[in-house]
Amino acid sequence: MPHSTERKSADRTSVLAAGALSGKDAIACRGITKRFGTVVANDHIDLTVRYGEVLALLGENGSGKTTLMNMLSGIYHPDEGVILVDGQEAVINSPVDAMNMGIGMIYQHFRLVDVFSAMENIVLGTKEKRLRDKELKEKISEICQSFGLEIQPEKRVYEMSVSEKQTVEILKVLYRGTRILILDEPTAVLTPQETQKLFQILRKMKEQGCAIIIITHKLHEVLEISDRVTILRKGKSIDTVETAGTDEKILTELMVGKAVSLEIDRPPVNHKSPILKVVNLTVKKPDGTKAIDNISFEIRKGEILGVAGVAGSGQKELCEAIAGLMKIDKGAILYEQENIIGKTPAEIIRMGISMSFVPEDRLGMGLVASMDMVENMMLKSYGNGRGPFVDRKPARELANRLVEKLGIVTPGIDTPVRLLSGGNVQKVLLGREIESCPNLLITAYPVRGLDINSSYTIYDLLNEQKKKDVAVIFIGEDLDVLLELSDVIMVLCHGKITGFLDARKASKEQVGLYMTGAFSQEVAQ
Amino acid sequence: MNRNANIDSRKRTEPLLRVVKRAELTGRQIVLLRLLAVLLALAAGGLFILCLGYNPVAIYTRILSGATRSPMAIQATAKIVIPLLITSLGVTLAFKMRFWNIGAEGQIIMGAIFASYFALFHADWNHWVLLGAMALAGILGGALWGLVPAFFKARYGTNETLFTLMLNYIALYLISWLQDGPWRDPGSQGFGKIARFDKNASLNKVFGVHCGWIVALVLVAAVFIYLRYTKQGYEISVVGESQETARYAGMNVRKILLRTMALSGGICGLGGMIQAAGADITLTMGVAGGVGFTAIIVAWLSQLNPVIILAVSSLFGILEKGSSVVQSDFGLSTDCADVLQGIILFFILGCEFFIRYRFVGRGHGEKAK
Repeated sequence: MPHSTERKSADRTSVLAAGALSGKDAIACRGITKRFGTVVANDHIDLTVRYGEVLALLGENGSGKTTLMNMLSGIYHPDEGVILVDGQEAVINSPVDAMNMGIGMIYQHFRLVDVFSAMENIVLGTKEKRLRDKELKEKISEICQSFGLEIQPEKRVYEMSVSEKQTVEILKVLYRGTRILILDEPTAVLTPQETQKLFQILRKMKEQGCAIIIITHKLHEVLEISDRVTILRKGKSIDTVETAGTDEKILTELMVGKAVSLEIDRPPVNHKSPILKVVNLTVKKPDGTKAIDNISFEIRKGEILGVAGVAGSGQKELCEAIAGLMKIDKGAILYEQENIIGKTPAEIIRMGISMSFVPEDRLGMGLVASMDMVENMMLKSYGNGRGPFVDRKPARELANRLVEKLGIVTPGIDTPVRLLSGGNVQKVLLGREIESCPNLLITAYPVRGLDINSSYTIYDLLNEQKKKDVAVIFIGEDLDVLLELSDVIMVLCHGKITGFLDARKASKEQVGLYMTGAFSQEVAQ
Repeated sequence: MNRNANIDSRKRTEPLLRVVKRAELTGRQIVLLRLLAVLLALAAGGLFILCLGYNPVAIYTRILSGATRSPMAIQATAKIVIPLLITSLGVTLAFKMRFWNIGAEGQIIMGAIFASYFALFHADWNHWVLLGAMALAGILGGALWGLVPAFFKARYGTNETLFTLMLNYIALYLISWLQDGPWRDPGSQGFGKIARFDKNASLNKVFGVHCGWIVALVLVAAVFIYLRYTKQGYEISVVGESQETARYAGMNVRKILLRTMALSGGICGLGGMIQAAGADITLTMGVAGGVGFTAIIVAWLSQLNPVIILAVSSLFGILEKGSSVVQSDFGLSTDCADVLQGIILFFILGCEFFIRYRFVGRGHGEKAK
C-alpha cells in the first residue's frame, strides 16, 4: 500500500509509547532536487533520519537546508527524487499532509496568534471537535509531563518570552502526534540557559522514540545534541558522520570545503577619550512602553563595544535612536561632546555616524531591494555634488571595488540586490557603510545567518576599522563571537543595561545570566 | 510492493497543476511574452466581436483605419491622446512613489477651473501673457488638489486612495456650481453653462491640432529625465520602495511626498488647462471625462515608463477614435471599445504572473527545467 494520509493517530501514539520503531528509518530522502529558476537549491540530496536519534543538518548559508526541510513539511514539492516516510514512498503536498504523516516543523519565526492563549494556539487548526478547557488542559499537561515541558496553558502569547513561545510551538506539533520533528535554527533566539532547557526536551523526545532533525549554524551545539550530522554544501549532501567521531574542525572543513582558522583577532585599544557618550537615554515604542530604559554608556575610539541581549531587548531602538530615526524621550547622546538629539538623520550621517542594521529578512531598511548595487551605493551620498542630477560614476566605481574586495557574488553590479543571496546582500550593506569612512560604526547582526567564511571576512573588516580608530558598536547574537571580538560587552535586558563585562575575562555563562536579567550590576556612571 | 505501483500512487496524489518559479527572463523574452498577451487579448476580443455577429478582422481594420485614414482623423485622434498622455505622466510620478493618486480627474478639473478664471475675466490681456497665466494657474490648481491629500497623508497618515477619489467629486461639483452660479453665461438664456472662451484665450493650432501636443511631448522627455537622472527622481524611487529606507538614508520623506504630489497634480492640472483652452474652448463638467481613470491604466500598462506611456496612450487614442468610426459605419456601440480595453488590460496584467511563474503539470516534474 502506498503511504496514505489517513493514518490513524491511535496507531501512532501506541507505536510511540512502545518505542518499537526506534532505530528504524523515519524519513529517507533519495536524490531530492529542487530548482528555483536557474538556481539549483537542492542537488540530488540524500538524507536519512531514524527514530530515536537527533540528526543535525549542517551547512553554510544557501546550502539548501531550509529548502530541503520545506519539502519535508509540504511547502515545496521536489522536482526530482523521492521521499520515503516509514519506508514507504510519500507525496507531501501540504503541511496538512506532513502533519498526517507525523512530521512537524518548528520554524525560526514563530507562527502563533499573539492574542490567543497557549492552549488556543495548540489546538488551532486541528480538525477534531474542540475539547472542553478542562479536558484540554489535562491533555496538554499530560504531554508536558512526558516530555518535560513547562507551560501555562492560559497565558497569552504576547505576554510570553521567546523561549515560552517556542515551547508552545513544540507543544503544537506534539499535540498533533508528531513523531518526526524538524527544528529550523531553534537556538538563534535563546540564551545559553534556555538552549540547555530546549536540549533537555529534545533528549526526552529522543528517548520516547521520536526522530529529530535540527538545523543550526552553531558547531558546539551540533556536537552537544546530535547523534549524527549530515553536511550540505552548495545544495549537495556532502557527507554524514557520527557525532561521536568528529570535532568542530572536521565539521567546518566538510561544511566549507577547506580548512578554516576559527581564531578571531583582537587588536588592543589605544585611546582613552570617548567618542560617544549616552546619558540616561530613554526611548519609547509607539505603543508607549519603554524600549530603552534609562541607559548610560560610552565608547572610545578604536574600541569594539559588543552588545549582547536576547532578541528584542532594545537593540533596534538603540541603533535607531543614535541614527536619529527615533524620537528620544529623555536623556542625551553626546558625540564628540555635542548633543546630537534633535538632529536629522542626514545631519547625523554627515557627522560620520554610520548605522547598519541587518534585520531577520536581511534587506530591511539599509538597502533598496529592487535597485541594483550601483543605485544602492549612492543611497546616502546621492545628494553630494551640485546641480539637480545624480552622479552615478563614483557609485559605479565603489560597487566594482566592493565586488572585488569582499568577493561579492553577483551576476553584475546592475542586478537588483534582492536577487543576491543573504550573505552577499550583507556584504553590500556593510561594505557601503565602511567605505563612507565613518568615525562611529554601529552594526547590528552583521553576520546574521552568514556562513563561516563570510563571517570571518566581516570580523576582519571590523577589526580593520578598529585599527583605523573607528569606534564600533557591534550588536550580535552569537556569544562566542561577541566574547572573542569585542573589547567590552554591554548586556541589555528589557531595555535596561544589566552589566558591563570585560570581554577578555568574561565567560559565556556569565553573559547569559545577565541576558536573562537574573543578575544585574549596579550601573552607576 | 514494486516500484511501478509506487509511481502510480504518486501520480494519483500529486496535484494536477502546480506553480513553479521561473528563471529570470531576459528583457527580450519579457517583451515577447507581453506581445503574446496582446495578441491573445486581440483574439479574445475578436471572439467577443464574433459573438456580437460582426467580422472581427473588418472591425479591427476599421478601428485602425478610422483613426488614421486622413489628416483629419489623425488630428481627432491626437486630440484624444493629448490629455490622456499628459495625465498619465502626472500620475506616474505619484505611482513611482507608491502614492495611489486616483484623483487625477479632480486635479484636471481644478487646473481647468483655475485657468478658466483668467480666460473668462482677463481675456483682454496680451495673448501670450494670458496663456502663460492660464498655464501657471492650471498647474497651481492641480498642484493644490494634489497637495491636500499628500499633506494629510504626511501629517496624519490618512488613506490617499479614498482621499484623492473623494476630492474628484468636490472638484466636479465645483464646476456645476460655477456654471449655474457666478460664472453662468449671461447669453445662455438661463441655461447653466459657462461662456465660450475668447479666441485670445484659446491655444494656437500647430499642424491643425492645438499646441498641447508639443507640451505633451516635452513632458514625456522631461518626466523621463526627471525620474531617471535627477536626485529628486532618485528620492522618489527610494521613498516608493520603502519610507523606512528613505528616512534611514537621511531623506526628508514628508517633503518628498508633498513635492512629488504637487508635481503630479500640477501636471494633471496643466492637462486640464490644455483641454479647456485647446479642445473645449470653454469649461464644462466633461473637461476630465474619465481621462484621470484611464490614465491609471495607461501608466501601469506602461510600467511607469514615460516613453512607453506615449505609445500606450496613442494606442488607446486610436482605439477610442477608431471605435467611434466603427459605430457610425457598422452601428457597433463605442462601449465595445471599453470592453476591448478591459480585455487587453486583463491579459497584460495576467501575463505578469507568467513572467515570474509557470505551471507544471502532474508527472512532468522530472522533465522540468
